[in-house]
Amino acid sequence: MASKAYDAGVKEYRDMYWTPDYVPLDTDLLACFKCTGQPGVPREEVAAAVAAESSTGTWSTVWSELLTDLEYYKGRAYRIEDVPGDSESFYAFVAYPIDLFEEGSIVNVLTSLVGNVFGFKALKHLRLEDIRFPIAYIKTCGGPPAGIQVERDRLNKYGRPMLGATIKPKLGLSAKNYGRAVYECLRGGLDLTKDDENVNSQPFMRWRDRFEFVAEAIQKAEQETGERKGHYLNVTAPTPEDMYERAEFAKELGMPIIMHDFLTGGFTANTGLANWCRKNSMLLHIHRAMHAVIDRHPKHGIHFRVLAKCLRLSGGDHLHTGTVVGKLEGDRASTLGYVDQLRESFVPEDRSRGVFFDQDWGSMPGVFAVASGGIHVWHMPALVTIFGDDSVLQFGGGTQGHPWGNAAGAAANRVALEASVKARNQGREIEKEGRDILTEAAKSSPELAIALETWKEIKFEFETVDKLDVA
Amino acid sequence: MSASHEVGDFQTAQTLETFGFLPKLTQQEVYDQIEYLIANGWTPAIEHEHTSRSANHYWTMWKLPFFGEQDLNAVVAEIDACHRAYPDHHVRLIGYDNYAQSQGVCFVVHEGRT
Repeated sequence: MASKAYDAGVKEYRDMYWTPDYVPLDTDLLACFKCTGQPGVPREEVAAAVAAESSTGTWSTVWSELLTDLEYYKGRAYRIEDVPGDSESFYAFVAYPIDLFEEGSIVNVLTSLVGNVFGFKALKHLRLEDIRFPIAYIKTCGGPPAGIQVERDRLNKYGRPMLGATIKPKLGLSAKNYGRAVYECLRGGLDLTKDDENVNSQPFMRWRDRFEFVAEAIQKAEQETGERKGHYLNVTAPTPEDMYERAEFAKELGMPIIMHDFLTGGFTANTGLANWCRKNSMLLHIHRAMHAVIDRHPKHGIHFRVLAKCLRLSGGDHLHTGTVVGKLEGDRASTLGYVDQLRESFVPEDRSRGVFFDQDWGSMPGVFAVASGGIHVWHMPALVTIFGDDSVLQFGGGTQGHPWGNAAGAAANRVALEASVKARNQGREIEKEGRDILTEAAKSSPELAIALETWKEIKFEFETVDKLDVA
Repeated sequence: MSASHEVGDFQTAQTLETFGFLPKLTQQEVYDQIEYLIANGWTPAIEHEHTSRSANHYWTMWKLPFFGEQDLNAVVAEIDACHRAYPDHHVRLIGYDNYAQSQGVCFVVHEGRT
């Protein structure tokens, strides 16, 4: 290396960063980018530019490069692949040496991989499709404060998905009326209720008042039902200091779970809060406001599977994943692809699910997948089939819109859930036989019978915007 | 909006977690759940507890978990024996999943008298 001479000027990126013969190391962090270059720029040059700009490179050669061994630190574009059914874009695979990243810092990983490179002029669009985190890096991350197994034990919920609801109306209720809505849902059979993501501490309901009334609602519901209950108290706040103050108060009230918005709050706040939760035996529910800004465009941004992996490493016990029902098969496969990343200890490469790499999670605890939004009792058999037991199914309008009120709406959903689980365990194909199973269960539940009548006409069938890349 | 006379009154009940909202399972339905548990390779186990202490995480074990048990009827016989010995207690069936270190099945088969 010492023999290198300094040669000022602008070099082709591919001379240094396009290395098709490179065999990635087990300790490398691997990334797959979907690249759409400006017309006329060769693929190799685009891929090399992405590798360079997301690692050690700068547009111009600088003399101080020669003081270090950039061959060791550089990212390497090692493979290019066609995107099925798309002649304009291609996949670039980049390997980064593990020493480019601070241990346990999702912030650092993202600052490199999706930093300046996304504004790079030679690119029309750029999308980070997947990251393979090496097990050596995973071992430096805290991960979920509790994980699926510990949460089930704490909450005494076994052999079925958990049932939840976001309290409505999402904004404007007083703390006492809000607590009433929580109590009604919980006594009716929900396991968990949730603050809406934009409920923080507004003038109509300050956080401390909400926390106190919700705590009473939970205690009363637990005493009366003999079941364990919780409410995701949203501690997302303007500053970390406010966030921790709210978390501490939730703990003081004996609450089992709090919640955070990991993208608007940011990964620094999220990782810190997850560490606090681990230290204080608190469960952590994660909402994903702003994700669609980042993940919806099929050619630009970051795929949600990457955000989901980052959240599992940063820390959270629940993560919203979308509901799938009523949507296309491709969307279902893609969703299940990242649901696996949340829950499994090893996920093999599977392009039919949009999974670009084998991912070994080692002993990192799993995260519950949360299906929430626009779902109602008729969707229950499909949801149980799609998401399985390690999930939280959340029916907001589908609980509180029941003609008899929240408790009856909750009971209708709980009966539908348990009837679906019972039938599944009996070997029935519950997605196909859904109508029979629910109708049968409604015979002993007037609450379910009315819910089935109320929501029979509602369907959600829009085409998904971002599809998996298939020819 | 529904007129008030059409609105039913929902009474809070002690429901004791999974399957607590279904009518008491029939003998055949309990059989089906045991079959599911065994087919998954899980270990059947039985626990019981007095109703006044049912909120605790730990209930009292009936004997030991039935490791390697493949016979439905043997499990049913143990549930019955536990219920006869503790007629006032809740009795629940568990399927221990040693891979997930969790319970794949857990529901109350007999509700105790309060």
